[in-house]
Amino acid sequence: MTNEELLQIAEQDKQERTSHPHELNVCMGTGCISQHSDKLKAALVQHASADGKCHVRQTGCMGLCAAGPLVVAEPAHTIYGHVQEADAAELVASLSAKPVKRLQVDLGKYFDGQHKVVLENSGHLDPEKIDEYIGLDGYQALVNALTQMEPVNVIDVIAKSGLRGRGGGGYPTGLKWSTVAKATGTIKYVICNGDEGDPGAFMDRSVLESDPQRVIEGMAIAAYAVGASKGYVYVRAEYPLAVSRINTALQQARRRGFLGNNICGTTFNFDIEVRLGAGAFVCGEETALIASIEGLRGQPRPRPPYPAVRGLFGQPTLINNVETFANVPPILRNGPEWFSSIGTERSKGTKVFALTGKITNTGLIEVPMGMTLRQIIFDIGGGVPDGHKFKAVQTGGPSGGCIPEEHLNLNVSYDALIGVGSMMGSGGMIVMDDTSCMVNVARFFMEFCMSESCGKCIPCRAGTAQMFTLLTKICDGEATHADLDLLVDLCDVVKNTSLCGLGMTAPNPVLSTLRYFKHEYLEHIDNKHCPAGVCACNNKAKSAAHAEVTA
Amino acid sequence: MPAYTMPPLPSDDKRWKIVNGTMRRHGYSRAALIETLHTAQSSFGYLDDVTIKFVAKSLRVPLSQAYGVVTFYHHFSLKPAGKHTCTVCTGTACYIKGADKLLAEAEKKLGVKAGQTTPDGQISLMTARCVGACGRAPVVLGDGELVGMVEPAQLLEKLEGWAAS
Repeated sequence: MTNEELLQIAEQDKQERTSHPHELNVCMGTGCISQHSDKLKAALVQHASADGKCHVRQTGCMGLCAAGPLVVAEPAHTIYGHVQEADAAELVASLSAKPVKRLQVDLGKYFDGQHKVVLENSGHLDPEKIDEYIGLDGYQALVNALTQMEPVNVIDVIAKSGLRGRGGGGYPTGLKWSTVAKATGTIKYVICNGDEGDPGAFMDRSVLESDPQRVIEGMAIAAYAVGASKGYVYVRAEYPLAVSRINTALQQARRRGFLGNNICGTTFNFDIEVRLGAGAFVCGEETALIASIEGLRGQPRPRPPYPAVRGLFGQPTLINNVETFANVPPILRNGPEWFSSIGTERSKGTKVFALTGKITNTGLIEVPMGMTLRQIIFDIGGGVPDGHKFKAVQTGGPSGGCIPEEHLNLNVSYDALIGVGSMMGSGGMIVMDDTSCMVNVARFFMEFCMSESCGKCIPCRAGTAQMFTLLTKICDGEATHADLDLLVDLCDVVKNTSLCGLGMTAPNPVLSTLRYFKHEYLEHIDNKHCPAGVCACNNKAKSAAHAEVTA
Repeated sequence: MPAYTMPPLPSDDKRWKIVNGTMRRHGYSRAALIETLHTAQSSFGYLDDVTIKFVAKSLRVPLSQAYGVVTFYHHFSLKPAGKHTCTVCTGTACYIKGADKLLAEAEKKLGVKAGQTTPDGQISLMTARCVGACGRAPVVLGDGELVGMVEPAQLLEKLEGWAAS
């Protein structure tokens, strides 16, 4: 594949796009398929084929899962939501007339302030057609890197852009790449971490489903930069659609010559295999993930040596998150200055967040770093529905914390979130209202960490179980102040002595709720009363009162 | 040292050939253990002793290690599932939106705990950590088909339909 051939395919695709006066893009992400967007698409195709003026395209996630199934009419860019199979005829007929008012979505400020880099193609292309990706400037960055740039220049560009790992830790990507490039080994590996075990987050699933070629291109560029020849995409088995889309994408990329031997006529060889996760949260940790690819139990090992030096099968290995790889092609295409102009001083670029919980517009958003939580939750997210009051937003999954209303003006970045006792994590944002009990939420996360602990180190294995017991006692209204003190002590021990990130961050939900919602803990302990009315202590108090009355 | 002899296929069930095919594709490498178990589980629905022994021997992995892997990962199951499977997602977003109540209702209705199958083998009640459809929480998978924004009444109706079938 040369640059000329690439441009030719792109040109062909652009012509195809303009050959129909109208286009209907139907969301075929997991969220919309659960509402039968597959049947809707079939109905639209049937009606559209009658006059031949409209092209119906399946696309990836469009973001606003709350209003699914979504259909976008191009070129007018009219967004329709809650579209049913029965509406297909009306929708197709309306293309040359007025839009169907009844089905149009009231977006509010949903798209205001969003900045799409990773998701720029989501909703605009068919994820099962590589040529549509090429038509939207896809693979230009790879061809350009292979034919015009030295590996060290590629790393320079990534380092200059200020890109940091999107998996949660925020390690500078350029630095990681140069460490792997400098390491020596008989073979080097590139691994894409798509083990999105963090409950409440679905960015990686969405990127893999909506734009898999972008991840493959990012991995190939990374492999060229660090000198790797073999890649793995590690995806959760719980994401069947993402697995099938990435497999299709890999086949097409091989056929087009972007994977395999002598890519683009150079000496660069690279191929990618998919590995399925098997349902273990700890496998999101890089050394555990490597063990899992090696066919072992997903248990982490002490670092150093870091995987960059000794990773998969003992060889230097680069591990990055799906979203990190998805950021690479646009950075190479538009230059590092373009990327570093977005975001804050120390957190560059954009971040994809999954907005869920008690919020009006649930779905996927991408915003520049530095946007305030208030803007994200109340402007883009549309606030808390049903007249309830906002209580906290949980970021970072089981490793993160709950952020209360007083910090809503916080500018979202890696360091700012750590400053308030939470973390970026992979990007889940779960909004809670006054019907959620914070002690109960902390107990929920501790139950998660307890059952997901791999059992290798004692602080995590035994500590999480003890903390869970203590939190259950508090929820049941059977705890004393001594129990609370013990809980705080345990948090400290588990945090400081665990082997891997799972244990080190497991106390975070407890610590952050204790920091901002201590009065709820005290209410449970002193008055045996759950203010949100969720915990078992309320029922107990009632039955005790009842017993007294009957006695 | 004599060459290692591969164990014979446990029976002439065609599904063993599929399992063997996965191992062959990976050159019978030990690293293929999890991939092979995935194939076996999707072919047979669960992993019994015969399967684990066959895979372990073929890949020259100690039986203890193979068993360790099977029990470590939540995805692998040692028991056959019921005719229908109801999987309630218990991820954070679903929890906040009342997945615990859904699960409690389903447990009450079926008389089994999460992870168990009804005595007549009709319905298995399972939980999932997160299926990544948090935008539609709470989510239930009915025989693998994803249903979002589930109300307890809707779930009970579905379960009743299955119990009768």
